[in-house]
Amino acid sequence: MATYLEFIQQNEERDGVRFSWNVWPSSRLEATRMVVPLACILTPLKERPDLPPVQYEPVLCSRPTCKAILNPLCQVDYRAKLWACNFCFQRNQFPPAYAGISEVNQPAELMPQFSTVEYVIQRGAQSPLIFLYVVDTCLEEDDLQALKESLQMSLSLLPPDALVGLITFGRMVQVHELSCEGISKSYVFRGTKDLTAKQIQDMLGLTKPAVPVHPARPAQPQEHPSISSRFLQPIHKIDMNLTDLLGELQRDPWPVPQGKRPLRSTGVALSIAVGLLEGTFPNTGARIMLFIGGPPTQGPGMVVGDELKVPIRSWHDIEKDNARFMKKATKHYEMLANRAAANGHCVDIYACALDQTGLLEMKCCTNLTGGHMVMGDSFNTSLFKQTFQRIFSKDFNGNFRMAFGATLEVKTSRELKVAGAIGPCVSLNVKGPCVSENELGVGGTSQWKICGLDPTSTLGIYFEVVNQHNAPIPQGGRGAIQFVTHYQHSSTQQRIRVTTIARNWADAQSQLKHIEAAFDQEAAAVLMARLGVFRAESEEGPDVLRWLDRQLIRLCQKFGQYTKEDPASFRLSDSFSLYPQFMFHLRRSPFLQVFNNSPDESSYYRHHFARQDLTQSLIMIQPILYSYSFHGPPEPVLLDSSSILADRILLMDTFFQIVIYLGETIAQWQKAGYQDMPEYENFKHLLQAPLDDAQEILHARFPMPRYINTEHGGSQARFLLSKVNPSQTHNNLYAWGQETGAPILTDDVSLQVFMDHLKKLAVSSAC
Amino acid sequence: MSQQGYVATPPYSQSQPGIGLSAPHYGHYGDPSHTGSPPGMMKPAGPLGAAAPGGMLPQGHPPPGPHQFGQNGAHAQGPPLQRFPGPPPVNSAAPSYAPYSPSTRSSYPSPVSTSSVAQLGTQLSAMHVNSYGSGMAPPSQGPPGPPSSTAAFQGPPRSPQPSILQPGSQVLPPPPTALNGPGASPLPPSTHRQDGLPGPAPSNAQYQPPPLPGQTLGPGYPLQQAANYGPQMAGAQLSYPGGFPGGPAQMAGPPQPQKKLDPDSIPSPIQVIENDRATRGGQVYTTNTRGQIPPLVTTDCTIQDQGNASPRYIRCTTYCFPCTSDMAKQAQIPLAAIIKPFATIPSNETPLYLVNHGETGPVRCNRCKAYMCPFMQFIEGGRRYQCGFCSCVNDVPPFYFQHLDHIGRRLDHYEKPELSLGSYEYVATLDYCRKNKPPNPPAFIFMIDVSYSNIKNGLVKLICEELKTVLEKLPKEGQEETSSLRVGFITYNKVLHFFNVKSTLARPQMMVVTDVSEVFVPLLDGFLVSYQESQSVIHNLLDQIPEMFADSNENETVFAPVIRAGMEALKAADCPGKLFIFHSSLPTAEAPGKLKNRDDKKLINTDKEKILFQPQTNVYDPLAKDCVAHGCCVTLFLFPSQYVDVASLGLVPQLTGGTLYKYNNFQVHLDSQQFLNDLRNDIEKKIGFDAIMRVRTSTGFRATDFFGGIYMNNTTDVEMAAIDCDKAVTVEFKHDDKLSEDSGALIQCAVLYTTVSGQRRLRIHNLGLNCSSQLADLYKSCETDALINFFAKSAFKAVLHQPLKVIREILVNQTAHMLACYRKNCASPSAASQLILPDSMKVLPVYMNCLLKNCVLLSRPEISTDERAYQRQLVMTMGVADSQLFFYPQLRPIHTLDVKSTTLPAAIRCSETRLSEEGIFLLANGLNMFLWLGVSSPPELIQGIFNVPSFAHVNTDMTLLPELGNPYSQTLRMMMGIIQQKWPYSMKLTIVKQREQPEMVFRQFLVEDKGLYGGSSYVDFLCCVHKEICQLLN
Repeated sequence: MATYLEFIQQNEERDGVRFSWNVWPSSRLEATRMVVPLACILTPLKERPDLPPVQYEPVLCSRPTCKAILNPLCQVDYRAKLWACNFCFQRNQFPPAYAGISEVNQPAELMPQFSTVEYVIQRGAQSPLIFLYVVDTCLEEDDLQALKESLQMSLSLLPPDALVGLITFGRMVQVHELSCEGISKSYVFRGTKDLTAKQIQDMLGLTKPAVPVHPARPAQPQEHPSISSRFLQPIHKIDMNLTDLLGELQRDPWPVPQGKRPLRSTGVALSIAVGLLEGTFPNTGARIMLFIGGPPTQGPGMVVGDELKVPIRSWHDIEKDNARFMKKATKHYEMLANRAAANGHCVDIYACALDQTGLLEMKCCTNLTGGHMVMGDSFNTSLFKQTFQRIFSKDFNGNFRMAFGATLEVKTSRELKVAGAIGPCVSLNVKGPCVSENELGVGGTSQWKICGLDPTSTLGIYFEVVNQHNAPIPQGGRGAIQFVTHYQHSSTQQRIRVTTIARNWADAQSQLKHIEAAFDQEAAAVLMARLGVFRAESEEGPDVLRWLDRQLIRLCQKFGQYTKEDPASFRLSDSFSLYPQFMFHLRRSPFLQVFNNSPDESSYYRHHFARQDLTQSLIMIQPILYSYSFHGPPEPVLLDSSSILADRILLMDTFFQIVIYLGETIAQWQKAGYQDMPEYENFKHLLQAPLDDAQEILHARFPMPRYINTEHGGSQARFLLSKVNPSQTHNNLYAWGQETGAPILTDDVSLQVFMDHLKKLAVSSAC
Repeated sequence: MSQQGYVATPPYSQSQPGIGLSAPHYGHYGDPSHTGSPPGMMKPAGPLGAAAPGGMLPQGHPPPGPHQFGQNGAHAQGPPLQRFPGPPPVNSAAPSYAPYSPSTRSSYPSPVSTSSVAQLGTQLSAMHVNSYGSGMAPPSQGPPGPPSSTAAFQGPPRSPQPSILQPGSQVLPPPPTALNGPGASPLPPSTHRQDGLPGPAPSNAQYQPPPLPGQTLGPGYPLQQAANYGPQMAGAQLSYPGGFPGGPAQMAGPPQPQKKLDPDSIPSPIQVIENDRATRGGQVYTTNTRGQIPPLVTTDCTIQDQGNASPRYIRCTTYCFPCTSDMAKQAQIPLAAIIKPFATIPSNETPLYLVNHGETGPVRCNRCKAYMCPFMQFIEGGRRYQCGFCSCVNDVPPFYFQHLDHIGRRLDHYEKPELSLGSYEYVATLDYCRKNKPPNPPAFIFMIDVSYSNIKNGLVKLICEELKTVLEKLPKEGQEETSSLRVGFITYNKVLHFFNVKSTLARPQMMVVTDVSEVFVPLLDGFLVSYQESQSVIHNLLDQIPEMFADSNENETVFAPVIRAGMEALKAADCPGKLFIFHSSLPTAEAPGKLKNRDDKKLINTDKEKILFQPQTNVYDPLAKDCVAHGCCVTLFLFPSQYVDVASLGLVPQLTGGTLYKYNNFQVHLDSQQFLNDLRNDIEKKIGFDAIMRVRTSTGFRATDFFGGIYMNNTTDVEMAAIDCDKAVTVEFKHDDKLSEDSGALIQCAVLYTTVSGQRRLRIHNLGLNCSSQLADLYKSCETDALINFFAKSAFKAVLHQPLKVIREILVNQTAHMLACYRKNCASPSAASQLILPDSMKVLPVYMNCLLKNCVLLSRPEISTDERAYQRQLVMTMGVADSQLFFYPQLRPIHTLDVKSTTLPAAIRCSETRLSEEGIFLLANGLNMFLWLGVSSPPELIQGIFNVPSFAHVNTDMTLLPELGNPYSQTLRMMMGIIQQKWPYSMKLTIVKQREQPEMVFRQFLVEDKGLYGGSSYVDFLCCVHKEICQLLN
């Protein structure tokens, strides 16, 4: 098994891919019986410091319906200078530039270690990056101040030739013209009027003869000041101007009567931002960064009225069909998201407010375009400030960790078809021979658009084995999949990253053990979770849970070893052993449970769950718990109430929160001030250790997690208590009679109970 | 009738009225035939050009002219033209008017024809002839025959005065000038005037003597008072024997003898003005007596409020109302008051007292809500008072109680302005405020059209530069250190640019609103600011505006959205205010209120002509209503280079109490001064915002109609977004019942408004008028200047709904009717042919003629539609003094200037005959000023004024006289300054050289002459009226 773990890890490092099954069942029927679909977690732009891009263009298969890219799996006839496509078996001539190849002189893309290759396309105009800030001014003074500072700071992080634009909004929407000298000029729109793209462009004066988008031209704007340039200017030219402008931003001046919310025209502002970019830089990488400090309260896209006495919709309201603005608003934002996606622009939402801000309605803007969604309490927190700063972090080459306007294309060998993708993408509706009729996630296409992605953006790609049972694949046959990601690199280059992978086929009847051993339960858990979350967006929560349960039971039935009707006999092999536990925590996670979460929070959690890579996803499903004590080095412990001990310090990472919890005794010691006494320096070190570890996590994570420092009995301890497996509750505490652990006041079932039921159902022949 | 009226004229016409003016001289008597004309011609010639020849002809055929007048139609033509070539057209035009028009000289054809006329005709003719003498001779006479005869004579040119004649005699006290009329026999009276030759007509009208010649009148004065003047009528012209005496008549009296209808023999406005000035000028006029007639508007005197509002605030058409509506109908004298509630008063008169009754607010009658005033009668020892308006007996509020003295007057009578004064102000309480909240201080918003043409011609730069200084002088309340007015700035072309000029900003911010279909205000804070606080930001902005748009190629503009934007801004700031819009083109950009060029000359002279005066779309009226509802006054500065549809653009300024300024073909280097003066003036002038005026009257009559820069949502509340010191509202009254001579007719005008510092005030003006059941009393108390103001406004308002022809007819008819009524009921018996005018209406015909000749009422394609709409609008808000000057310009000889004295040279009558080649004359009508240089002007004067050696060197392009150190220059410029001083509009100076093309323009202002585009001469008109009267009397 170790070999499989290594294999999986190696593949992940090299290709950014993890499959649920690493040996593939060779027939459709068998594949469906595997319960967990054949699927993979793909991180298209996984950072590969060791992979220099090649400076030429890929060689394509000449069959028009295939166009697969030359890869190490292709058979090559060096003498005839021919290669056979491993997907369609077309024989192709090498282009003239490859005349010199031979067995010893192979181009990189033919070498096995280059299953992933990145090409740099030299053709075509390069566009500078575009950043359009859309800023809510209905903020508290210090919030606005903090936001202004963050924005000003961000200017210094942008590449000098990047184009920036600024839209501010409150009751009105202002599009700032950045080119004017001496006076700051802005175009103002009413926040209540739904404007079409055409109207917006007319009003901004963008509808003169199509402006050829040669953003690279800003070099000579003097002679031909393109109209679009009024609103989007190279940062190096207007740096000072924009800094001042941001500095002078005032809170929305319109008075807010008692008992009312400020009028916030988020819907129109976003609509104008989308319209502006659509009219000036279609199909060019651009980022719309929306900063909001509250819910949209007027105009199209309003989420709640301005009467404070009417609270913003809750899950309860939604269930009761009581959220009167939700459908309309969602429709508005979906329309915008689709337009932005069609033009290759991504939308980020930075929402900082104590109450909800309408992320539920707006989530599609980020989800469909690959934008970031950040949720915080205030712009004046390090959570926001550092998260925002991290957007502009750079890789080892000094390039931004962001890419734009990507197209992901999936090609499969004949035995496979692609069923769909789940992640920050939209379908490009490209039908083809490798598109399955069954959809899992966003399906019906072999290509997806990902307007904004970064090295950690991850998609779940689902496949369907279509090989018929009666057409067995010869022993040793391999299936292949090629992922082609065409994107605009942050250096403005157009690049293509190609990953080609192959896996063995196995006959599930005769070689089930092989298949079973090649099961990647972590990837499978994440892939199933994505499916579950995807369903949860459109289905009732309980239905999704039931579906998950059923899948789990079927999996256990299929792969468990047991004697019928004897739950005690139930065993799972190592490659499956953790899977039920993941499912247990997944069922309790905020991705599927809305209880105790606002609709915005659910949207926020789901947003991140659908784009993080496997490791992070697993943390989200099953938070990590470390224990610190005098008894030894820090160690990971069970996410269980029994791990909550008086003399321990716990560090929990749920991805969204980092919780440091001092056990009862530790807390008492700390109150007594032992850490300040020289003779108890070791105690001081003990207290410090989790803090240091937390800092490490905080530094690496995007978005920055909420950092919670609490102790036994502290109100914030709830973050920990709600996550741990409630093995001890007020119901069974005395029964257990142990002194370890802390009881959790909940009626939720514990993992033990869950497992008992699972075994019972798995072994039962009833289902 | 009316028509006839005109028609009638014809007879006169015959006389050559055409000549009209000129004629006078000559002709007086001369019959037509002779030629007086010639002379006339001559002159004309000059100016008019052609004239001359024609002139001659005319005589011949007198007729032509006539047609004009109507009737004659027949003749008319013919000859007409003679005079001026040009004129002819007129005639044509004339038709309508006919009368007037005719070209000047053309005399009216003798037309006469008309029967009715006929009689008169003759006389008139005679008169005419006389009068004009000249030329035209006689047209009148029917052309044919008679006239001639008479006319002939005189021929003599003018001898001036003559006519009059006696008038002096007339002098009489009596007022009336009587012209003789027509009636008289044809022959004219002629008159007396001895002088004039013929002597014919004799003065007094009565006479009429000899028809022919005589026309003139000698003034006959015959009549006693009233009228006598009129004598003759010689055609009107003459007729009036007393000719001018008339005027004088009263006073002066001096008439001399004159001859026939010498122009000098007909009532002279100048004489009337000078007489009043001589008797009442420089004195103190106290308003302690009900129904007393104030000095003329042209007379300077000090006014002391002793219980009735100063005539600076209210003037009436008559100060004695008829007791019954039957009487009123009989006389047909309009009963109206022209109220200028914020009139400027000279510094030597006491400003209004401010009364503060604290929280309880002003004391008011419980029933009619009239405010406490001198007309309230305290009774029962001071515990109750009886309202002078509705007679309701009210309790005196305890805090207001005061004992009465032995004559029943409160002991504090002299301590309380509201008990002893005609005008005063109350502090208004919250009940009088919108939403019961004290108002915010008003705001001024400057809105500048920055389209291509305005940038290119430098206008934008000029405005911005000027604003920097003029904003220092924003109006402020008495003791305030700085003005509490706030200011805001907007520029626009087809989109709007708002500016944030908050004092804390380092530089202004511009906010562009492109959604012109639904304009809104993009910012709250920082748009309206205190100039003092934001001075540096504002200067920064004003420096940048011209550059910001320097590269703009935008030619299209919007207009209604601009107003809406300003209104919304004021609404958002919850304050009243005033928009200053600087606009130059037809708003053709796609937006509400978009306009097309619809200047269709084909509509002229049709029943659809009124359309040209109406707004083109229905956007502007509701917009004006909204503006008024939010206290948003709009002042528009227009700089058109072509048709901009003033009728549409001007509607909102008109209805919101704003002012419309128009500078045709504005050129920065020539016209800046005029514009800047207007701008400064407009910004600095005294103004009240968000005003509601209510006119209450004592029982028996009530206010029925209102004219001015107002908006009426119901029949009683006059709403005004703002009202400034130059705006007057004319109110017409009608009887509901009988009035009693004892209690008189009381008027209380209350204006609730917001001051420039944001205080809510009530301004009260009270005026008591007499009532009488004697028509003579009524006629005695009339004020012609006020009557003309009323007639002008009611006619100009009617222009929107009725064909001009009808309006003109009504005016002539009513004039004739008023005079006929007098003649019939008040004048002592005299020959029917004598024209007898009441003293108070001596100059009514000449003024009425001026009104009829105003371009608004003239349907002539040569006159720009915009100009007509513009003047129509101006007149609607004019006060009495403004309208007097506007319709009868001041013409002063400059060559007689005494450089050592500060008094202005005496004005002379507006007729070409009064000019001389050796002279330099200055003419001013409140909008324009002309400096007319005779071809033989004294070189030293030319040198002194222009610093060039001779007439030929004078550059007529200048709009400002050079500042030279010599006394001529200094005195002249000082004089022009004095003339300009009191008028709301800065007059544009035009230098006109005799016999050069531009003189044509100047001639239009010689209102006693026949108009260039039609409109009869004074003499002709008088004949016409005379004839009309005769008809009525018969």
